[in-house]
Amino acid sequence: MSELSELYQQVILDHNKKPRNFRILEGANRVSEGMNPLCGDQLTVYMLMDGGVVRDLSFVGTGCAISKAAASMMTQAVKGKTREEAQALFGEFHRMVTGELDESSEPNHLGRLTIFAGVRDYPARVKCASLAWHTMHAALEGEDRATTENLGPELTHAE
Amino acid sequence: MIATEKTTEENGAAQAAVAAAWDVERVREDFPVLGQTVNGKPLVYLDNAASAQVPRIVIERGAKYLREEHSNIHRGVHYLSQRATSAYEGAREKARRFINAREARECIFVRGVTEGINLVMNAYGRKVVREGDEIIVSEMEHHSNIVPWQMLCEEKGARLRVIPMNDDGELLLDEFDALLNERTKLVCVGHVSNALGTVNPVKEITARAHKLGVPVLVDGAQGAPHLKVDVQDLDCDFYAVSGHKMFAPTGSGVLYGKAHLLEEMNPFIGGGSMIRTVTFERSTYAAIPDKFEAGTPAIASQIGLGAAIDYLNSIDRAAAQRYEQELLAYATERLSSIEGVRVIGTAREKASVLAFVLGDVHPHDVGTILDQEGIAIRAGHHCAQPVMQHFRVPATARASFAFYNTKAEADSLVAAVQKVVEVFS
Repeated sequence: MSELSELYQQVILDHNKKPRNFRILEGANRVSEGMNPLCGDQLTVYMLMDGGVVRDLSFVGTGCAISKAAASMMTQAVKGKTREEAQALFGEFHRMVTGELDESSEPNHLGRLTIFAGVRDYPARVKCASLAWHTMHAALEGEDRATTENLGPELTHAE
Repeated sequence: MIATEKTTEENGAAQAAVAAAWDVERVREDFPVLGQTVNGKPLVYLDNAASAQVPRIVIERGAKYLREEHSNIHRGVHYLSQRATSAYEGAREKARRFINAREARECIFVRGVTEGINLVMNAYGRKVVREGDEIIVSEMEHHSNIVPWQMLCEEKGARLRVIPMNDDGELLLDEFDALLNERTKLVCVGHVSNALGTVNPVKEITARAHKLGVPVLVDGAQGAPHLKVDVQDLDCDFYAVSGHKMFAPTGSGVLYGKAHLLEEMNPFIGGGSMIRTVTFERSTYAAIPDKFEAGTPAIASQIGLGAAIDYLNSIDRAAAQRYEQELLAYATERLSSIEGVRVIGTAREKASVLAFVLGDVHPHDVGTILDQEGIAIRAGHHCAQPVMQHFRVPATARASFAFYNTKAEADSLVAAVQKVVEVFS
């Protein structure tokens, strides 16, 4: 089961079981909802943006282990970052899971997020890993809703 | 039909008898796709409710058509056109006999049930439904038998009513009686639920609707592959079939409608073939079935459907059905014994669809881990979000069996689900 363990690593399973920042954020000034219509992953990201910095970040929702673990680690990674840093991190994560960024050779700020690199071998699950990030990105942009539909061909691998 | 109360020995003996009457290994040889390995494991294809596999004879019939017979149909005066037309219309006659329609012209070729239902919505529904009218669907319908009717109701100011189901996934017929009234213009119900496996009493539903003069449309997507369909016996007014669910190529399917209804209906898609005369002042329409077959159809696919019907006629369908039921009972019993498994869809009469949830492991994760074991199931809402809402789950994992699946494959499914439990413990 070695390929599977690349996707369902202990860290990911742990974050799924005990997701960090898994609560409604009282006093959030940005709220964004995301859903993956294909499988029913659904989450809400709460953000407190102050002075161009993400002061606090949380999420609630239901979904598969990949989506929940990705959301949990996303909140840890983005909390305390400036808007620009958060945007950059979103871009790098997205490129990593779609196979455009080789995290082992290209410079990046992903740190522990590289644990999700294995998702690129599971095209059907890329949207699961990306959902929280797209939702967070929508909150950064001040949008209310994100969905993994109409995100363009870059999010689905060739058939 | 869940297993009745017998001893384990009696069950085993009965299963062995059914298995012996159905030579599944021989049947598997008819389906080339089944022999492959996936992720280093033998393919265990349990996603038949999404799309069934195709026997060699269907592949070869389609290839032969494209290799030797292809031409556009109906209007050609040359030899190939006549051969193509003959094969195409021959497939229509096969479809007629398969569902026991009275006349071949009552069998409209469509690319699947979704198109068939939209045809009825546009050509019949938009003509007869007025503001304040009602359309009845059921709580367990596939989106293709909900959304078109919602669209129609919104357009006309009509009302969508829903027959509820119980927690076993059985329709409550008393509630159906209460919903039927003088404003009801159409009842739309699935023969077999793709999400739950429930076999609905569509003959009885049709009889009750007809007492009030209300026509009935049956979504036969899952009915045709598992049951013997007799539209005259059911007396339904419309019956839709998807080819790719019944071992035929994608792009094939049939909408059956009673001749007098089809004749009165407006055209749906306009263009060539469906007309009699065309001037810029006005055009007149062709008789059925041509009226509803504008443009060049998926000729090769429909001929493939004819070949799939030939294949189904060549096997003992009653034995195949009994075999599927035994497989369903076996798989259900073994799967249910895993702690945390809850079967969704426990009607007394079911087709071989086994949907389940596993503790708080998301079906998506179940599906991915099973995929790594070579097992193909479907995880999601199965285009039946109201069903998910009824059972308060975001999604289910669904294994759906065909008569080429085996007991060993059911065992593989169970072992893989046990592996999921381990991964998430």
